[in-house]
Amino acid sequence: MSAKQNISLFNSKLAIQAIKDSFVKLNPALLIKNPVIFIVAIGSLLTTIIVFTGIFNGEFSVFNLNIAIWLWFTVLFANFSEAIAEGRGKAQADSLRKNRTQTIARKLAGKLEVLVNATELKKGDVVICEAGDVIPSDGEVIEGIASVDESAITGESAPVIRESGGDRSAVTGGTKVISDKIFICITSEPGNTFIDRMIALVEGAKRQKTPNEIALSILISGLTIVFLLAVATLPAFFSYSLTASGLPQSENLTLPVLIALLVCLIPTTIGGLLSAIGISGMDRLLQRNVIATSGRAIEAAGDVDVLLLDKTGTITLGNRMATNFIPVEGVTVEELASAAQLSSLSDETPEGRSIVVLAKEKFNIRGRAVNQLNAKFIPFTAQSKMSGVDFKSSDNRVHQIRKGSSEAIRSFIHNNNGFYTQETHDIVSDLARQGATPLVVAEDNRVLGVVHLKDIVKGGIKQRFAELRKMGIKTVMITGDNHLTAAAIAAEAGVDDFMAEATPEDKLRRIREEQAKGHLVGMIGDGTNDAPALAQADIGIAMNTGTQAAREAGNMVDLDSNPTKLIEVVEVGKQLLMTRGALTTFSIANDVAKYFAIVPAIALSLYAGKNGIGPLSALNIMKLGSPQSAILSAVIFNALIIVLLIPLALKGVRYKPVSANVALSSNLLIYGFGGIIAPFIGIKLIDILINM
Amino acid sequence: MTTQDFIQIILFFAVLIGLTPILGNFMFKVFTGSKHLMSPLFGWLEKLTYKFSGIDPDEETNWKSYTFNMLTFNFIGFIFVFFIQLFQAQLPLNPANLPNVSWHSAFNTAVSFMTNTNWQGYSGETTLSYFVQMIGLTVQNFVSAATGIAVLLALIRGLARKTTNKLGNFWTDLTRSTLYVLLPLSILFAVVLVGQGVVQNFKTYDTAQTLQGVSQVIPMGPAASQIAIKQLGTNGGGFFNANSAHPFENPTPFSNFLEMLALLLIPAALTFTYGKMVGSTRQGWTIFKAMLILLVIGLTISLYAEYSTNPIFGNLHLMEGKETRFGITNSVLWATATSAASNGSVNAMHDSLSPLAGMVAMINLMLGEIIFGGVGAGLYGMVIFIIVTVFIAGLMVGRTPEYLGKKIQKFEVQMAIIAVLAPNVVILLFAAWASVCSPGLTSLNNSGPHGLSEILYAYASAAGNNGSAFAGLNANTVFYNLTIGIGMLIGRFGIILPVMAIAGSMAKKNITPTSAGTFQTDNWLFIGLLIAVILIVGGLTHFPALSLGPIVEHLLMNNGITF
Repeated sequence: MSAKQNISLFNSKLAIQAIKDSFVKLNPALLIKNPVIFIVAIGSLLTTIIVFTGIFNGEFSVFNLNIAIWLWFTVLFANFSEAIAEGRGKAQADSLRKNRTQTIARKLAGKLEVLVNATELKKGDVVICEAGDVIPSDGEVIEGIASVDESAITGESAPVIRESGGDRSAVTGGTKVISDKIFICITSEPGNTFIDRMIALVEGAKRQKTPNEIALSILISGLTIVFLLAVATLPAFFSYSLTASGLPQSENLTLPVLIALLVCLIPTTIGGLLSAIGISGMDRLLQRNVIATSGRAIEAAGDVDVLLLDKTGTITLGNRMATNFIPVEGVTVEELASAAQLSSLSDETPEGRSIVVLAKEKFNIRGRAVNQLNAKFIPFTAQSKMSGVDFKSSDNRVHQIRKGSSEAIRSFIHNNNGFYTQETHDIVSDLARQGATPLVVAEDNRVLGVVHLKDIVKGGIKQRFAELRKMGIKTVMITGDNHLTAAAIAAEAGVDDFMAEATPEDKLRRIREEQAKGHLVGMIGDGTNDAPALAQADIGIAMNTGTQAAREAGNMVDLDSNPTKLIEVVEVGKQLLMTRGALTTFSIANDVAKYFAIVPAIALSLYAGKNGIGPLSALNIMKLGSPQSAILSAVIFNALIIVLLIPLALKGVRYKPVSANVALSSNLLIYGFGGIIAPFIGIKLIDILINM
Repeated sequence: MTTQDFIQIILFFAVLIGLTPILGNFMFKVFTGSKHLMSPLFGWLEKLTYKFSGIDPDEETNWKSYTFNMLTFNFIGFIFVFFIQLFQAQLPLNPANLPNVSWHSAFNTAVSFMTNTNWQGYSGETTLSYFVQMIGLTVQNFVSAATGIAVLLALIRGLARKTTNKLGNFWTDLTRSTLYVLLPLSILFAVVLVGQGVVQNFKTYDTAQTLQGVSQVIPMGPAASQIAIKQLGTNGGGFFNANSAHPFENPTPFSNFLEMLALLLIPAALTFTYGKMVGSTRQGWTIFKAMLILLVIGLTISLYAEYSTNPIFGNLHLMEGKETRFGITNSVLWATATSAASNGSVNAMHDSLSPLAGMVAMINLMLGEIIFGGVGAGLYGMVIFIIVTVFIAGLMVGRTPEYLGKKIQKFEVQMAIIAVLAPNVVILLFAAWASVCSPGLTSLNNSGPHGLSEILYAYASAAGNNGSAFAGLNANTVFYNLTIGIGMLIGRFGIILPVMAIAGSMAKKNITPTSAGTFQTDNWLFIGLLIAVILIVGGLTHFPALSLGPIVEHLLMNNGITF
């Protein structure tokens, strides 16, 4: 069961629920959260009252009824867009929630074990989980080691190891222990786990408006006030004009017409779709298996212009591979390969295995039966910085083969009274310059040669970075490697900058420096020592496999623990902001056509000659059938456009990694210019239909 | 139009464009406190001013203190001008023995000159003494323009600086802009005007026998000095009622050319200063281009309307209300420039312009006086529109909007919206009120749509702090003096206060470095966008009212109907 689920845009079950919710959302307490739509609702209510009083007074007006109906539709369509977005979020959330059935937790009270409901667990409680138990809540392993099935949240079926201490101590509620026994200290209050928070965010229940969304609603509310003023003062100007044309004041504009004009002018399109855009942004993030702890984080993701990327896992494949054997003079390649392979036979590190494989592939040297050689393997330790093998040769002499970093081997040779040659030194620095990791192989007191270990840069990553550069995002590679190696890999991968021999403190400092220069920084990390940097970064994505500390520090958690995700998160953020901008522009651009529909219609009789057609009919450039059909067409168009744009609001505008200028020109052409043209066509068509 | 007309227009814009970087660069030096042309000449006076008033010129304040100082200064100015009008009969320099001014007219005039509007509900030569004109009005002509510059400077510093709350020192900015920019330019200009024949004396009014044998009073006075600053400081309040149509204010074609140039000169040059101060002259030129394009569009429509034939006059051009000395082109060019620049001085009567040309002037006012606009005021008004544009369109590049590296957030949007709303509230509410109440309607000289245009124009002029009028309206009544007075206050400070708040909040922010992902605000695409947003937001607000005024009047005229 995974969050990664594609929910078709309008499946019927969701749609029916959303239709129901659209009516529930007519509750004024909910409507007032959206000022633009609230005004439309008040207008609808007033028009409806006028229709009914008209019926009682025997002056039933079909026109007013039509206006009232379509105004209500406008409100309902806006509600529907929000409801459908919430429904889709809920569907995603339900799939997350399903695996969190009421678990019984084994809580430790002193030395006793008591059974309690998972929902009663508080922060700091300690629980025991054994094979077969579902972990009751988010927590940290404080004792023991266990394999855990996290497929419930990640969709990945292979179990992962969770153990106390180190960077793999965090466990997530709802996952299942497969083997062994662990003690878990609960780290979140009930109802406030990561998944709880995400569910709340996508369901919209606790959704708070994000900063940019608030700013945008202020803008559209401001425009609403401007247009409210323009419409509210119109009867006065009309009254003057009626007198000047010799017409009675009774011909002044009626309230339904004024309301229709107002609703057409205020930005109902973006007002109606604004929250749907926000919710679906969260939803798109969840579809990529990223949980955000706040909506604010997605917006910030769009703004990020510096990405700190760990070399390993993001830029290169996790492991270095042996790609070549370089013997020193007097040693054949086969000798070197053989010795290197021998020393690696019991080496379970990926590097060691890649040496065995390379020797076999290149020189057909097969692995030998280890016990025949009376060999003793010396594992890698942090102190010795080398590994190898001691074995007795046929003459019963003990030979020592070692492989390790150049410094380690140099002291090994010296200790054996050997001589570390200039030639070796040259080979090593040559390889380092190419960005490779040299692994020196020695036997007893002489160097045999060097194994060329290479970082394999991920396919397509260079292209990805080029795209990021076009979007104005700087990439910085972080690595513990030395400067030379780092520079070479940076060049190969095409990153803009790199930090070699970086410690977690360096990362934190770098983030602060970039921020002081005005940049917004995004990073992804997993270890406890990443936590300060994750907290400092504007976007800190913690890997789900990381520690609880890291997950608490970041503002997003990547359930797939895929470091490349950072780039996708940035794209989701940008797409969200673009969608908002595009629909705002479209909404405002629409007004031009609506004016040309409504103004000539309402002012038809002013200063008219004998035929009753006033000079302002010249503004009726769409040649709409009648004044009433013109007003109605504009209102209908205004309502329908909300429905038509719901898919766009939910999916987001088409996103391509291009520069700001290119993105702006193409979006302007579609939503700005298109926004001026589309309503002219739409209103004309509706008018034709009405007059048929 | 003749070739000569075209040459004149091209020459006018060429000189304006040529002077912009020269004066702009000079002002940049003045406002940043560097050494400049005028410092050896007036440097001692600046130091003396600070010493005399106990000001530390280098002590900078936050936006609240800056605003407080500015408001206090303006309030004192208002009180002073208000009271000297009430008691001008008892005060010196009143050779024509003019009586004390009515309280409502005094209120209106004091507000008008303090806010750089120079709306004149009164007729200068028959209402105000030389004392009031010189000590009251001319002083306000200088300091109201200097106030506009000071507010602009605070805004620029807010945009250019980062993570600070210091926006400069109001008194220093006021002193420097008056002493080094307004004063030397007006002295120079006044001397040239006197050379062209503009009067400058303290004589009593002359009486002349006309050919018809009637006697005519010929007003005199220190006109040249006030005219220089009324043009340069985008004030516009004429010494005489006929303003620059009067031969003593504007005697020759050359003086006409210079006066037209003067009214756009400082607002245009400030765009260059702006660019220099924010660290990119391109940004300044971008604003200049947007303003120039809007001006040229308006001018083209006006010229077209004035020169086209209509069923009433046929091929005859509309010469009513225009000086034959200047002709159509110079009258229309002046009308467009003065309405765009929030100046309000006139050399032809706007009431007599063709409906569309009158509408262009009205739109220039209604857009918020941002097409060059008032000294300082036009540019900070334009920055408000830039903020709105950046906010709407900036999202489309996939980042939260930023201008000059500063993020535009909730607070800035809030303030920008208030600044956009303030003048529109004045125009729409007061005009609507005036068009349905009898004190509003009895002042009208024209019936039909033109009467509505007169009302609209009056409040647009007040809200935009322009000061010009469709002369058909008798505005020296309690109703108009008060509503227009309040309108001018809202139109001035309803923008200044949010602008200062924006300056304060922007100064605190860090600057995001420019990259390929930045929304560019210095290219043609942005100019187009800015113009579109100004026209759509500004225009759509007023389209219904305009369609019932000048648009319907134009259509009626084309059908041969007048009122």
